Amino acid sequence: MGARTVEDVREDFPILDRTVHGRPLAYLDNAATSQKPRAVLDAIRVYYERGNANVHRALHALGEEATAAFEQNRGKVQRFLNASSKREIVFTRGTTEAINLVASAWGDRFLKKGDVVLVTDMEHHSNLVPWQLACARKGCTLAFIPLMPDGQLDLAAAEREWTDRVRLVALTHVSNVLGTVNDVKAITAIAHARGAVVLVDGAQSVPHFRVDVADIGCDFLAFSGHKMCGPMGIGILYGREQLLEQMPPWMGGGEMISAVWREKSTWNELPYKFEAGTPNVEGAIGLGAAIDYLHGLEFPAIEAWEAELTRYALGRLSEIPALTIYGAAPRRGAVISFNLGAIHAHDIAQYLDKEGIAVRAGHHCAQPLMRLLDVPGTARASFSFYNTFSEIDRLHDALLGAAEFYA
Amino acid sequence: MNAFDDLYQEIVLDHYRSPRNKARLDDVPESMVHENPSCGDSIKLEVVVNDDGKLQGVRFDGRGCAISTASASLMTEKLKGLTVVEARAYAEQFIRSLRGDAPVEALDDMGDLAAFKGVAQFPVRVKCATLAWHALLLSLPKAGVPKAAEAAPGTPRGLDGR
Repeated sequence: MGARTVEDVREDFPILDRTVHGRPLAYLDNAATSQKPRAVLDAIRVYYERGNANVHRALHALGEEATAAFEQNRGKVQRFLNASSKREIVFTRGTTEAINLVASAWGDRFLKKGDVVLVTDMEHHSNLVPWQLACARKGCTLAFIPLMPDGQLDLAAAEREWTDRVRLVALTHVSNVLGTVNDVKAITAIAHARGAVVLVDGAQSVPHFRVDVADIGCDFLAFSGHKMCGPMGIGILYGREQLLEQMPPWMGGGEMISAVWREKSTWNELPYKFEAGTPNVEGAIGLGAAIDYLHGLEFPAIEAWEAELTRYALGRLSEIPALTIYGAAPRRGAVISFNLGAIHAHDIAQYLDKEGIAVRAGHHCAQPLMRLLDVPGTARASFSFYNTFSEIDRLHDALLGAAEFYA
Repeated sequence: MNAFDDLYQEIVLDHYRSPRNKARLDDVPESMVHENPSCGDSIKLEVVVNDDGKLQGVRFDGRGCAISTASASLMTEKLKGLTVVEARAYAEQFIRSLRGDAPVEALDDMGDLAAFKGVAQFPVRVKCATLAWHALLLSLPKAGVPKAAEAAPGTPRGLDGR
């Protein structure tokens, strides 16, 4: 990564030298959450040891420092995404909250009875259920962009069935199950040409390669800090300023107001209109430290290493008899879902855990996709830049062991 | 014994590899399918009750992990000859012990089911071990009612109705 070896980079992550059930930890569950480098842990600790205060209120040194740090990190996120203004960067609890914010506030303002919200057959529940709720509230219907057998979106089918009632397209950038990287730029162009706005779920993309909202042209982008080396409980909603301006507030409380009377209130300016209550200052500082850390490694290097790991893992897993890999899109992220014969994914994960290997097993919050694949669940190995080829070899060997154990 | 071996004891693996009383139960209505949404497992039961109110036989159909399959298989063996009331109490005792609502040692008095004591160390897997037993509570005729009376409806189905 840059000039650094993976062994050197691993030294930045205290957790990576621990053992699990007497074996060295092989952490292959990065799509669920990433591990944290010392730089992020230190930034949070230093904030609490030297700079803790509430933001946007206190007229004392600590309050001013905390506010400056909080806002400085908002600026960092803005530059990271290539957004045009800090007003377009809303701190949220995570991807889920960011999408719910849009489904509620944008939905209340812009969805009308009979409108269509277009999602895809590969969405995480967090980019499906909020739209189910919004559609139920507003009398709208959901439509789905179908998948092709290799796990890519069937855009031709989507275009054929597109109606002029489609108001919004909500889709994931990278599938957390199939690994498919969707061409969100092309889809945004199609949607905009037909008068629909676009929300991109960046939970699985932003941690792994540069995501430029100006280049994509999307109207909203949501992602979480904890999947990109930052802490849990912080996430980002990027929204085009013009849209955010027109949206009513979502949650009410402190900070989001301008003036409050007994019966009514007026709203604060962007982005504070959408940030009711004391924000997660620690989280914003941790996220900013994570962005700096990733920049230090250089995204092209991160992307190249993860692509190599994924290619190697696909090869090694293909050597295993009776192993099925789900998804074969030409452009894929560092996520591999699989099943091993008739062995239940939970049994696979339990066996791998015994060997110190952490993977995810289950429906991955994508039950509709599991039904399409006609499986109750899958096991999933997902990689980060701190993973190694030898960890993938251990995964391969442990899977052979599991096949024998459950035979 | 380490936790993993404690979880997958030989008797559990035996019942997983050769489940007893497992059959295609196409006649059991879809509404009686019991599911664990967190792992996609599903199970349905056929419970045959004699005129004297005793369970003549229980068969199961479905898909699940080693733990849930073995638990279903062992359950079908344990229930034979119990009255409906006894079977219900038995199931409730098993579920309570695994959930930690009763001492896990209670499983020692349940014969082969003691093999599931290790599951209590894996909170996520407790649902697997108890799935068949929850299905049983749904499938048993109401207490004291002889014959396989209409049982309570199953859990709500997914969006696509499957």
